[in-house]
Amino acid sequence: MKHETIETNAAWLIVLVFIVISIGGLAEIVPLYFIDDTVEDVKVDGIETVRPYSPLEVRGRDIYMREGCYLCHSQMIRPFRDEALRYGHYSLAAESKFDHPFQWGSKRTGPDLARVGKKYSNQWHVEHLTAPRSVVKESIMPNYPWLLKTDLEYKDIAERMKALKMVGVPYSETKAEYEANVKRFGKDVAKFLDVNQAENNLMAQALANNYDGNKSNITEMDALVAYLQVLGTMVDFSKFEDGYFSTFR
Amino acid sequence: MSTDSNSKVQGSKGSKQAVQTTGHAWDGDIQEFNNPLPTWWVWAFYATIVFAVIYWVLYPAWPIGRDYTKGVMNDIEYTDASGKTVTRHWNTRSLLDKEMVQAKAEQKKYLDQLAAASIEEIAKDDEKSNFAYSMAKVLFADNCAACHQPGGAGVVGSYPNLADDDWLWGGSFKDIKTTITNGRNGYMPSFKAALSSEKIDDVAEYVLSLSKHKTDAAKTARGKAIFNGQEGGCYYCHTKAGTGMVSMGSANLTDSIWTLADVPSADTLEAKKAAVKQVIMNGVNRKMPVWKERLTDTQIKILAFYVHQLGGGK
Repeated sequence: MKHETIETNAAWLIVLVFIVISIGGLAEIVPLYFIDDTVEDVKVDGIETVRPYSPLEVRGRDIYMREGCYLCHSQMIRPFRDEALRYGHYSLAAESKFDHPFQWGSKRTGPDLARVGKKYSNQWHVEHLTAPRSVVKESIMPNYPWLLKTDLEYKDIAERMKALKMVGVPYSETKAEYEANVKRFGKDVAKFLDVNQAENNLMAQALANNYDGNKSNITEMDALVAYLQVLGTMVDFSKFEDGYFSTFR
Repeated sequence: MSTDSNSKVQGSKGSKQAVQTTGHAWDGDIQEFNNPLPTWWVWAFYATIVFAVIYWVLYPAWPIGRDYTKGVMNDIEYTDASGKTVTRHWNTRSLLDKEMVQAKAEQKKYLDQLAAASIEEIAKDDEKSNFAYSMAKVLFADNCAACHQPGGAGVVGSYPNLADDDWLWGGSFKDIKTTITNGRNGYMPSFKAALSSEKIDDVAEYVLSLSKHKTDAAKTARGKAIFNGQEGGCYYCHTKAGTGMVSMGSANLTDSIWTLADVPSADTLEAKKAAVKQVIMNGVNRKMPVWKERLTDTQIKILAFYVHQLGGGK
């Protein structure tokens, strides 16, 4: 094909430019799907400790994305000394394997949140999300007062979980899938991965933990705090030898 | 117009008029020069290609099936905490492991001293306390300041003040360390259902009288009876004298320090009483997180030392 043919034919030019640019991306990304060490093996006593989110956490994560938290907060602790000292153990690929899409973020206007779970009390999160400057004077985070006032929409939770299942998150719909989850994650976790029980499980978790301090209804605050409190808590690093996760690189 | 600018370019580079064109012609007469790249640029380009090939050999680079090339002559070697020599091909995680081990080794002299010393010994020794102070200051800012505020003054109504000498769960080194290690769960039941609003009013009146506020005598007497009787049962935790119990984390009501009801900032007795009533009606349920899973023993120890010296350690 002559160069002039390509330059004078817009459609051809678009197709060929697309192919040439794709090569870079394909060469860098595709092999990672096939290399064994990409996603770390995080099993304690044969049970996978990184698990899919519970129904309430799924909704919390939706709100996290809706409010655009990822624009200012990353969820990716890089393997550097300063980050290790401030935020804790570097993030594992395994820790975001059930995230669709992942929330690594690309800019830290606020601190990294990859291990914010259990660091602060629920009450602190509620106060901080409602009015950040009531607890952190120098904060430039916006107020999110409506989270506490808005009832959580969760009638479609089962549908949301089915959608996540389509992209590979192992929520269970059949008995066989449930049994597989019991083997993989243990019984307690498998129970709330059951799509058929999604709504009950969501209500039960919200009631039992009462994240927003108000038992009378389930608000968006309940869901968001439930999600924040689980971030980075699934892997108990004391169960693994120092340097174990380096052997995957 | 285009002819004009063309002739201008050609005019200013008179000697280069001999440069060939690409042979393309658009709109009849628009042509494109085909200048060769500067030689230095071409060689720099070749150099980057050579660099890439060397880089592929030295560092992890090419995927091969389920594995990848690890590179040569790039070993990271260090001695880990258990004295074992670790050798790994170059990767950022092992680089971090090595850096952390080296940093610990540099701080070892001090860290070992801190690990071995009791908090009392740290406080007495200048060198140890200086090191502990600067380390704990950063830890406090990262982990504690979000609730207790950068200076430890807390937030009235939510988070206790650590800079005064009033302690809910005890202000000795040991108490502070226990608090940080295991967290705390401050609880007081809600009396909304148990007591009528008149009775809650009376109790609030009595509570304020404990800290020397001028209150109504009749109401205060009724409130005292509820406070110290089975009806309110307040004395179980706050004691009959109202001084509270460290083992329960119950507040001392006889001093002028308030952690929940914002009495000091209220101007009138009515406003002060409203603040106290709010607490009696709603109860208290506040949690301090557990820190033993996030911080090491030594870190907790020096944090206890830091909190103790903020102002009111006992």
